Amino acid sequence: MSQNQEQAENSPILSVSDLNLHYGDTHALKNINLDMARHQVTAFIGPSGCGKSTLLRCFNRMNDLVESAKVVGSIRFNGDEINERSTDVISLRRRIGMVFQQSNPFPKSIYENIVYGLRIAGVSDKATLDEAVERSLKSAAIWNEVKDRLNDSALGLSGGQAQRICIARAIAVNPEIILMDEPCSALDPISTLKIEELIEELKSKYTIVIVTHNMQQAARVSDVTAFFYLGELIEAGGTRKIFTNPEKKQTEDYITGRFG
Amino acid sequence: MKLKPFWKTGEPYVLATGAALAIILVMSLTLVGVVMFNGLGYFWPKELVKLEMKDGSFALGQIMQEEKNPVNGTRRLQMKVGNRDIYGQDFRWIDEQDIAARTLPADAVLLERSEHGNFFGFLQGVTTEGLMPAAATPYATLQQALKLVAGKLEQTKKIRQQMSELNNTAENLRLKLLKLEYAGKEKNAAEISEITAVREKVMAEFTGLNDTFSAAQAGIREYTAQFSDVTGSAKDIPLVNIVTLQRPNSMSFFAKCGAYLERVRELLLDDPRESNTEGGLFPAIFGTVMMVVLMSVFSLPFGVVAAIYLREYAKDNLMTRMVRIAVNNLAGVPSIVYGVFGLGFFVYGIGGSIDSLFFPERLPTPTFGTGGILWSSLTLALLTVPVVIVATEESLASIPKGIREGSLALGATKFQTLTKNLLPMATPGIMTGLILSMARAAGEVAPLMIVGVVKLAPTLPFDANFPFFHMERKFMHLGFHIYDVGFQSPNVEAAKPMVYVTTLLLLAIVIVASSTAIYLRNRMRGKYTTSTF
Repeated sequence: MSQNQEQAENSPILSVSDLNLHYGDTHALKNINLDMARHQVTAFIGPSGCGKSTLLRCFNRMNDLVESAKVVGSIRFNGDEINERSTDVISLRRRIGMVFQQSNPFPKSIYENIVYGLRIAGVSDKATLDEAVERSLKSAAIWNEVKDRLNDSALGLSGGQAQRICIARAIAVNPEIILMDEPCSALDPISTLKIEELIEELKSKYTIVIVTHNMQQAARVSDVTAFFYLGELIEAGGTRKIFTNPEKKQTEDYITGRFG
Repeated sequence: MKLKPFWKTGEPYVLATGAALAIILVMSLTLVGVVMFNGLGYFWPKELVKLEMKDGSFALGQIMQEEKNPVNGTRRLQMKVGNRDIYGQDFRWIDEQDIAARTLPADAVLLERSEHGNFFGFLQGVTTEGLMPAAATPYATLQQALKLVAGKLEQTKKIRQQMSELNNTAENLRLKLLKLEYAGKEKNAAEISEITAVREKVMAEFTGLNDTFSAAQAGIREYTAQFSDVTGSAKDIPLVNIVTLQRPNSMSFFAKCGAYLERVRELLLDDPRESNTEGGLFPAIFGTVMMVVLMSVFSLPFGVVAAIYLREYAKDNLMTRMVRIAVNNLAGVPSIVYGVFGLGFFVYGIGGSIDSLFFPERLPTPTFGTGGILWSSLTLALLTVPVVIVATEESLASIPKGIREGSLALGATKFQTLTKNLLPMATPGIMTGLILSMARAAGEVAPLMIVGVVKLAPTLPFDANFPFFHMERKFMHLGFHIYDVGFQSPNVEAAKPMVYVTTLLLLAIVIVASSTAIYLRNRMRGKYTTSTF
């Protein structure tokens, strides 16, 4: 491994500095500074309305859809500034995938759901698409459940299956980062467990940023945890450290359940 | 104390909603029932009743209704006596107490004629010299003779077809001449004289054919049948004028069924007769359907595109909100206003410009500068486009946010999201809008009266002559037909059944069109709505 590559490996994949976000008059994110390392799971925790989802949506510029949102500050993805007018949002979103709180399969067949991202990118070669479907369904640990009904509507799947289809759909375009916005909050414990196992496996290939209001989940799946409160990043660090020996009083209060 | 919980259960409100629905259902079903009862019974061959009066006079006809005489309280009959050319009126009121006897003479004949309405009477003889030898009975002779005459008429029709083609050619040549003259008389002198010569030849041919045609017509008119009415006065009727011949009193049930079906066929496939009160409705059916289809072709894409812009691309500001309110209110503008606008903008504005640019040689006869099926469809498209816009907007708005975000998060552009996900999902809603607008357009009459509907159109807007679709032509419409036949006809009483039949047909067309669209919509809906949880 050359020194350059090694340096690239060690440098943060996402780096947020002095980020402020306003929704109209509301100051939703206040001076956020945070680095996220490659091939790690970073969990954002905090009470509702603390800005954790908002920050997540800054990474793939989904806040562009909210007219009143105004973002100031810098987010660097592999060293390139995301938060600029000239950024190619389309290719950015292809490299930073996203999984939402509510599973949102398109009203199409399972197969068409998975290849959606590839098709809109202009891939039409059948072999490539087939290969991508198998690869991403396998990565999302749902291949065995759906391999015989790829042409059935994805709307007929259970909640947990649909969520894994959405993860597979995000994987299919080969992103570098997968953003997960409370992916298990609408699922039963067994489906949640499956998704958590999946996150564990995906870590080797992708960088994952996950928002969760379930502290046990953060403790189980993440390597790094960041605690937000009222739009501020209170504390970030190794998950074990945050949960066993937090530096800040607020963090301790939250994870011990004294408020939140 | 017991009353309060009863009100709290909401039971009475449920009953009230059920009752409201029941009232609406009963009202619609009654309407359809009345129309069907009056419309469908019209074609059944009714018996011809011969009445002998106490004063020794006779009457022959079909009994239409019986009621209490509002003047003296006795019962009276309304009788269709026909023979308008003899009696001057088709209908008569007869007091029941004046009737001495009722009989059903087996040999009473009913003639539907191409003029003067029906004839009720008795067959006396047939003049068929040179046509055929007399058969066993005069009735059988008449039946056979009618067939032969129909065959001969078919031949004259061919001549007529040729004549119309020649006429068409001559007219085109005349227009060509005019065009050349406008372009410069001296410059095109050679061509002009050449065309003039050709045209004269065509005209001569036309005159020749016309003579043949008149002679043939006159020949056919020679064949007549002699009838007498119930009072005994004789009446000669040329065979060409007889459309159908029946002896309803001696017809079997199956013969009546056959006659009924024959009348239904005539209704659906033939042209109208007798200022629309008799005969078929084919041109009106065709005009209505073609107009509705054209209207959909114009209003659907236009409305969908407008709704997409309003919902997906326009910023939600004062301007957008005002446009939205305006669109919603457009649906409430009286339709006649659209008609006036269509006349001023489409017919005189655009149509007039087209005429002066492309058809100056036909002026002052307007081509597009007068009402026509194109302008009617456009006017109705304008009228129904708000419905499509509102329906499309609603269905776009009802698509969950997750679908949009999911698509965008995968790197789709807004346009890709729209075409690949949103539009397919909105299609059922768009179809609902289309169904509503089709039903509205099919039933609309007022604006059409000033932008292209006529009482009687000589030609269909679609025929075998190039360019097949004649968008500038005027057309007939079932809705206008109801108004015209029911309220503008000289013989309203005789036309009444026709009004019911026309209404029934218009209802049927709307139902068929809507059902097709609903079927398509439900098939699509099945594809997009299986619940996720």
